[in-house]
Amino acid sequence: MNKEILEYGLNINRRKFLSRLSIGLGSAALGSLLIPGLFDGAAAEEEAGFIPGIPHFAPKAKRVIYLFQNGAPSQLETFDYKPTLVKMMGQDLPESVRNGQRLTGMTSSQKSFPLVGSYYSFKQYGQSGAWVSEIFPHMAGIVDDLCIIRSLHTEAINHDPALTFFQTGAQQGNRPSMGSWVSYGLGTENKNLPAFCVLLSRGKGNGQGVYSKLWSNGFLDSIHQGVQFSSGENPILYLQDPDGMDRTSRRKMLDKVAALNEMELKEFGDPEIATRIQQYEMAYRMQTAVPEIMDVSKESDDIIKLYGPECLVPGTYAANCLLARKLSENGVRFVQLYHQGWDQHGNLPNEMRGQAKDVDQPSAALITDLKQRGLLDETLVIWGGEFGRTNYCQGKMSVENYGRDHHPRCFSIWMAGGGIKPGMVYGETDEFGYNIVKDPVHIHDFHATILNQLGFDHERLTYRFQGRRYRLTDVSGHVVRDILA
Amino acid sequence: MKKIYIIGLIVVFAVLAVFAIRSFTNIASGDGASNEISYNFQIRPILSDKCLACHGPDANKREAGLRLDIAEEAYKALKEHPRAHALVPGKPELSELFLRISSTDTSYRMPPASSNLPSLTPEEIELIRKWIVQGAKYEKHWAFIAPVKAPLPKVKNDKWPKNEIDYFVLNKMEEKGLEPNDEADKARLLRRICFDITGLPPTPEMIDKFISNNSSDAYEQMIDTLLQHPSFGERMAIPWLDAARYADSHGYQDDNYRSQWPWRDWVIHAFNENLPYDKFVTWQLAGDLIPNATKEQILATGFNRNHKITEEGGVIDEEYRVEYVVDRTNTFGTALLGMTIQCARCHDHKYDPISQKDFYQVSAFFNSIKEVGIESTVGGHETFAKNPRMDITQEDLKGVLSFMNKSDTQGLQVSVMKDLDTARKTYILSRGVYDQHAAEVFPGTPAAIMPYADTLPKNRLGLAEWLFDPRNPLTARVFVNRVWQDIFGRGIVKSPGDFGMQGDLPSNPKLLDWLAVDFRENGWNIKRLIKQICMSATYRQSSVVTPEKKKTDPENIYLSHAPRIRINAEMVRDLVLASSGLLNKTIGGPSVKPYQPPGLWELATSGRGLLATYRQDHGASLYRRGLYTFIKRTVPPPSMMIFDASNRDQCEVNRPRTNTPLQALIMMNDPTVLESSKAMADLFIQNKKNPQETVTEAFMRIINRHPQKNETDLLLQYLTEQQVYFNSHPDDVKKITNVGEYKAKTTASPELAATMQMIQVIYNMDEAITKT
Repeated sequence: MNKEILEYGLNINRRKFLSRLSIGLGSAALGSLLIPGLFDGAAAEEEAGFIPGIPHFAPKAKRVIYLFQNGAPSQLETFDYKPTLVKMMGQDLPESVRNGQRLTGMTSSQKSFPLVGSYYSFKQYGQSGAWVSEIFPHMAGIVDDLCIIRSLHTEAINHDPALTFFQTGAQQGNRPSMGSWVSYGLGTENKNLPAFCVLLSRGKGNGQGVYSKLWSNGFLDSIHQGVQFSSGENPILYLQDPDGMDRTSRRKMLDKVAALNEMELKEFGDPEIATRIQQYEMAYRMQTAVPEIMDVSKESDDIIKLYGPECLVPGTYAANCLLARKLSENGVRFVQLYHQGWDQHGNLPNEMRGQAKDVDQPSAALITDLKQRGLLDETLVIWGGEFGRTNYCQGKMSVENYGRDHHPRCFSIWMAGGGIKPGMVYGETDEFGYNIVKDPVHIHDFHATILNQLGFDHERLTYRFQGRRYRLTDVSGHVVRDILA
Repeated sequence: MKKIYIIGLIVVFAVLAVFAIRSFTNIASGDGASNEISYNFQIRPILSDKCLACHGPDANKREAGLRLDIAEEAYKALKEHPRAHALVPGKPELSELFLRISSTDTSYRMPPASSNLPSLTPEEIELIRKWIVQGAKYEKHWAFIAPVKAPLPKVKNDKWPKNEIDYFVLNKMEEKGLEPNDEADKARLLRRICFDITGLPPTPEMIDKFISNNSSDAYEQMIDTLLQHPSFGERMAIPWLDAARYADSHGYQDDNYRSQWPWRDWVIHAFNENLPYDKFVTWQLAGDLIPNATKEQILATGFNRNHKITEEGGVIDEEYRVEYVVDRTNTFGTALLGMTIQCARCHDHKYDPISQKDFYQVSAFFNSIKEVGIESTVGGHETFAKNPRMDITQEDLKGVLSFMNKSDTQGLQVSVMKDLDTARKTYILSRGVYDQHAAEVFPGTPAAIMPYADTLPKNRLGLAEWLFDPRNPLTARVFVNRVWQDIFGRGIVKSPGDFGMQGDLPSNPKLLDWLAVDFRENGWNIKRLIKQICMSATYRQSSVVTPEKKKTDPENIYLSHAPRIRINAEMVRDLVLASSGLLNKTIGGPSVKPYQPPGLWELATSGRGLLATYRQDHGASLYRRGLYTFIKRTVPPPSMMIFDASNRDQCEVNRPRTNTPLQALIMMNDPTVLESSKAMADLFIQNKKNPQETVTEAFMRIINRHPQKNETDLLLQYLTEQQVYFNSHPDDVKKITNVGEYKAKTTASPELAATMQMIQVIYNMDEAITKT
């Protein structure tokens, strides 16, 4: 049995143990105390057949960092270069191109749909010769590490359902987030940290908010819920001891609590009490482990320079990118960033430049940083929003100023590392940047591909809830094999 | 402690003795009584889980034209092999089904590898073989047969039962070779009924009074008193608010404020008035359609308007209007019928006899509301309730809505139900997509559950009548099961929202049916049902778990001891506030915003609306019970969520119960807990309690029993240590006592700080947040 399979075998056992006793994070240590050999290879092999075949195959990626660009950045100003739109500036979108596409209430009553080209210039970069907009000079510099997909498509045309679709595989309903599925499937690598962490930041552009249901565990156990990190004194809610209590005092206090709980355990024999004791120990360890990770003071000047000075300002996208690397490096399975402010219904040329300035350098830095550390191969990084933008102008149009409405039929994202082909551009849209003409990738396909890289057959990573076996990809989805390295 | 050990030993010996006897009789009788295979309990679960996805009710996904959920279909000649039959009663060797499930040839074996379903286990295959030998007889799904009261089963230990429940429970225990535990000690029993009936801990005075009351009906009296307490309605409201997905914001993107709390106040009121369950539900489903409906009855219909409503600019109106209708339909299915009818939105149900047509027929009852998909984007007062809505006036407060807690009703409106004058047409929606109209349908219910009588009006009032028809097999079972779940932590049917083929089978079917029928026959009387459960010997057992019991019945399905359950999120908060004396006992009114870590709302908001920033309340509003904590759907209160509360996104009938380090962090560091420690410590110092009294009383307030000697010793020692520490660390005294808005009446002394720390230890005991 190869090492990876074995390692995953351990997780099955750990997970089964957790779910059987319905106890949480950190009980692994307790598990080994109660049932010696629970997590050793022999037990793993013996029980491997119980949950059929997890892992389904050896994984390429062990962890994911998802840089979500919340609000939906325009593909036409970033990665999908369309000179035709510049040439046809102001002409109406031909009905034959729109071809029955439904529009949001924001432009459906517009009398005309004047095409509008990118305000920014594009150039080709790297070996791959990928077209990248001028607003992303740093990303352009690492383009040979990226796989740019220009043919993502969705059905949703509004933010809430579109975001929910991306994160949970369904537009409506309280389903588990992608990160929760990964936590459920892979368990945790570091027992002092949650398996699924969430980091929020906001640019100056028009924003649309995020919702904690996006990192909800849905019907999975709440140990799989995304844990939101914040930039304040309490990076994890309630982590910090009260003023006037130092670590020694906390330790003493917890010793007393443990002693009392052990008396109770003796009297009642309920293993949940043993679990509670262990959870307090884990909480205590988290109180040290998390602030250590949050501390960037030990990062070298080169690293600070790489991410840019903003990375020292807690709560910025740059700081979150750096933190994402640290969390990931320490074994967090799924780090989910959200950067708000990409909803340019108007004032696009001005706002997008500002948004790009926030994210360009740190996003590229993250890739470079992971690569330098030899972690990019086993870390899948994803950059993108929830849908695309229309090729026609919303509202008043001038050369200096225009806006774009929501567009579900095509948009661009990129992926890097984690066994995805580097230096590749995949999928193609028509000259209007409106319809996909080659290699469409649906959200379900996107999810299937991510799970595939983590070692899962997306049709077999299921959870039975209210009589149905649910999966992230609902009832469809194909792995996009063309982009696998 | 010693006494309990001795009891424990006796129990162990008793259990061992029973084991010995059981295994002896098993050998003697050959265990021949259970040879008859039950289709409902042994065969259907296998067929449902492993076969019906492709050979079941969904015509579009049916493979080889074979259907295995209906006898006639399964006995027929196979479409693709006319000389073979899936089932030949009496003859497994001729039954294609048996041959295929037991084959070692993977190309022939069922279920096929492509289904991603595991093969049948040898035990399952053997069961199916036996069943075919015995005639392959089908039965109607148990949950679709109306319940009847079975005679009370015979039990060996006939001294034990205190009421009917116990005969059913003990009978199962005896079947499994288990013996009941002794009764719990009085203090723990009192704590249990206090939490189960009022959601609040008993006070030290209540405990001492109850312990010293030796009259034979002391326990019953206490239950009666608690049932009359207004906290009962608050306690009962919590699971109902989960099922009804009640919240204080609209949900979806901007997630602005909604003023639906008057409906929540009504729920509390209705439980306190002991409104019979049939009326309670009928008013909520169809209060507006009752002739000469009162404003109270109309307010009750807010139930069906609690779903999320979008305020996102640019959405397509019909897409969301349909979403609301679907939400009501799903909620009706899960909360009232315990059926997953939502599975039939896009296609026929894969497992249950509910067609897509059935789904849209049920949805037709909820499709004629005078509403739109998007009424307004984020705005002021006029957007807090959506049409149809009801004004609440000062006069209402003096009269029919006097239970509401608000002095000023200016502009107060609540979303309620009201139908259009002409019913909207309802269509089957292909793949569930809002604008893909297929055939037109009319109000109706799934015939497999119970046909909808022609005599019933085809509206929500008729639907309520259908629900409470004595022949309806589900309504009563589903509700008594949820009440049972609230008390025992696990329903008799473990899947309270799924009584269908894929749901869990009842662990004690006769008990479930007896309780359901008894509940209906006694006027759907909720308080009576709860009293009945609390009076049983089953309920009163101690929660000690012996290793033997843990081995025989690890999940305690057969209830041979009381379960130890971590109390729910709201109760954790209530315990902390009530024990410290900080609790504000006000009932009802607008929801409140207690302490919350900073930045949560601000970081996630679109920036629009009243709820873009968290404006924490002050003073008495900080100390309200957990169920009044403001629920903003997109950022629900974290301390509640960490203890597994519902985010109220959609109907939820079964909260998970986890045990995590984040819960430990809350008990260690949440300002509400720290402040309560301070308030309690302050009280003790004001009352000049000595250390021994301080420890005892703090323990009694939080754990609700007298501490044992080793517990007292440990806490006293800690108190002394802390006193020494703070004497030499005056700065820490200042810091640690500077928590929360509560101003201590005594000075910030080392004694205050030390006492606070000692109380903190007690709050962090497992037993504090556990029904034991």
